[in-house]
Amino acid sequence: MSNELVLGIYVFILAMFVGFEVIARVPSVLHTPLMSATNAIHGIVVLGAMLVAGAADTPLLHALGFIAVVFGAANVFGGFVVTDRMLEMFRKKEQEKPDA
Amino acid sequence: MPDLRASAIAVSYIVAAILFIFGLKRLSSPATARSGNRVAAAGMTLALGATLLDQQILSFWSIAVGTLIGAGIGTYFARTVQMTAMPQMVALFNGMGGATAALVSVAEYLRLRAGDAGSTAVVTSGEATSIVLGTVIGAVSFTGSIVAFGKLQELLSGKPLQFPMQRLLNALLLLGIGVLGAAVATGSAGTAALWLIFVLALALGALFVLPIGGGDMPVVISILNSLTGLAAALTGFVLHNQMLVVAGVLVGASGTLLTLLMSNAMNRSVANVLFGAFGAGSDGAVAQASTGTLSIRQTTAEDTAIALAYARTVVIVPGYGLAVAEAQHTVRELATDLEKRGVSVKYAIHPVAGRMPGHMNVLLAEANVPYDQLLEMEQVNGEFAQTDVVLVVGANDVVNPAARDNPSSPIYGMPILDVDRARNIIVLKRSMGHGFAGIENALFHHDKTRMLFGDARKSLTEVSQAIKEV
Repeated sequence: MSNELVLGIYVFILAMFVGFEVIARVPSVLHTPLMSATNAIHGIVVLGAMLVAGAADTPLLHALGFIAVVFGAANVFGGFVVTDRMLEMFRKKEQEKPDA
Repeated sequence: MPDLRASAIAVSYIVAAILFIFGLKRLSSPATARSGNRVAAAGMTLALGATLLDQQILSFWSIAVGTLIGAGIGTYFARTVQMTAMPQMVALFNGMGGATAALVSVAEYLRLRAGDAGSTAVVTSGEATSIVLGTVIGAVSFTGSIVAFGKLQELLSGKPLQFPMQRLLNALLLLGIGVLGAAVATGSAGTAALWLIFVLALALGALFVLPIGGGDMPVVISILNSLTGLAAALTGFVLHNQMLVVAGVLVGASGTLLTLLMSNAMNRSVANVLFGAFGAGSDGAVAQASTGTLSIRQTTAEDTAIALAYARTVVIVPGYGLAVAEAQHTVRELATDLEKRGVSVKYAIHPVAGRMPGHMNVLLAEANVPYDQLLEMEQVNGEFAQTDVVLVVGANDVVNPAARDNPSSPIYGMPILDVDRARNIIVLKRSMGHGFAGIENALFHHDKTRMLFGDARKSLTEVSQAIKEV
């Protein structure tokens, strides 16, 4: 195995633990927004699509890269905006009380 | 200055990874959740911006145009979608991410192969394995999410769709993918085989989700969400990009945990959700066992209004019917009217009410229902015995006492809201149709239960009206 692959596996495993730990204390109220937010984060794959589209040198690769960028960007932007809309509703309600 | 660029990219990626982790952490409390999402979005902006510095990128045209189109479509739908349609929106965006991962994997394979015509020597077995897995998982996630979207949007039947030899077909597809995948990974097959894998995986994703009932879609979406994360991480291995690995695995791990939390709430194993084809055969069996002298007692909006107005304590149990009828504002108005009359009103939230965990919380929050009125299952179950009236708005399986009392019921063992312990129960329902589990609900035939049939919003409006006249 190459050093790079070993390093990649390290990163993979450590990130896995972080992923479990960070999420472990989320109340069920926030499960939907959380799913939506992680959904937006895996849109990071658009980064790979950009690299492929930017380096494409055949029409087929151009087409594949382009479609991938469109889908990936929709995932990222749609994901974060939807999550923001959900969370907007979770703002504190205290300000509704009249000033004493 | 290539070194400087590479360092700038590396540092940006590290900062972006930290922002993702902090963002997720802030998402774990209602007070900081919104800023958490924005922190994660900032991390994304940084990571994508840094990527544009990459030497590998020769042309920015397709990136710029593609990003604009994708961002436009995504933002438009995210802004305009009804709050009630959020679950299918998440499914749709998830599918897009899966498709991206699969396309990136295929394209990278083509690019690596083109570097050395006829030989597979330039693709290492590690890369080829990641490419195959990324293609398969991404494609399964894509078509699986589209089918989940179709079911929730009611373009497809929410019922489990089964046909003979379905499992055999799935097994054959999986076997074919496995054999071809091994051939590509070891270098004995090439581009054509990878395309075939792509197509087979697309078919597998759709066939996999079709037999799963609409009620289980939250769990399915959560699984597909973590699969897309995994596929993104695999493209990181292919492209030698640690940012993709870190972010992808974060999602894969948290998505897996979320899936487990959800299936725990339903007291079912993930395998049972995936392969159980829940509710497919149980209609007949259970309905037969319990049809006998079952009767129901209907009520009117006026009688409901009187029962509510003269109660001391009312607990509202929202379910998917509330979401379908978009009745969250109406129910909140009704609750406000009751509170003005001195009635104590609380909401009982079952963890899997609706189509996603927290679905009801999101809807009720949209209608400005204060947090402290939302009670979780454990908090509220002890209170039902002292509750004068329980108003069930479009919930079914989560209040079915069979889950507690009838060991032969398919949902036996699922934690439920003990609504049947309240003094009076009023159930708002569209018709006597079954819930998503497709099973009979004894609660509806209980002596203490009155049924108010009709669209939840319309019924609630009538009840509200009647309360004002009481």
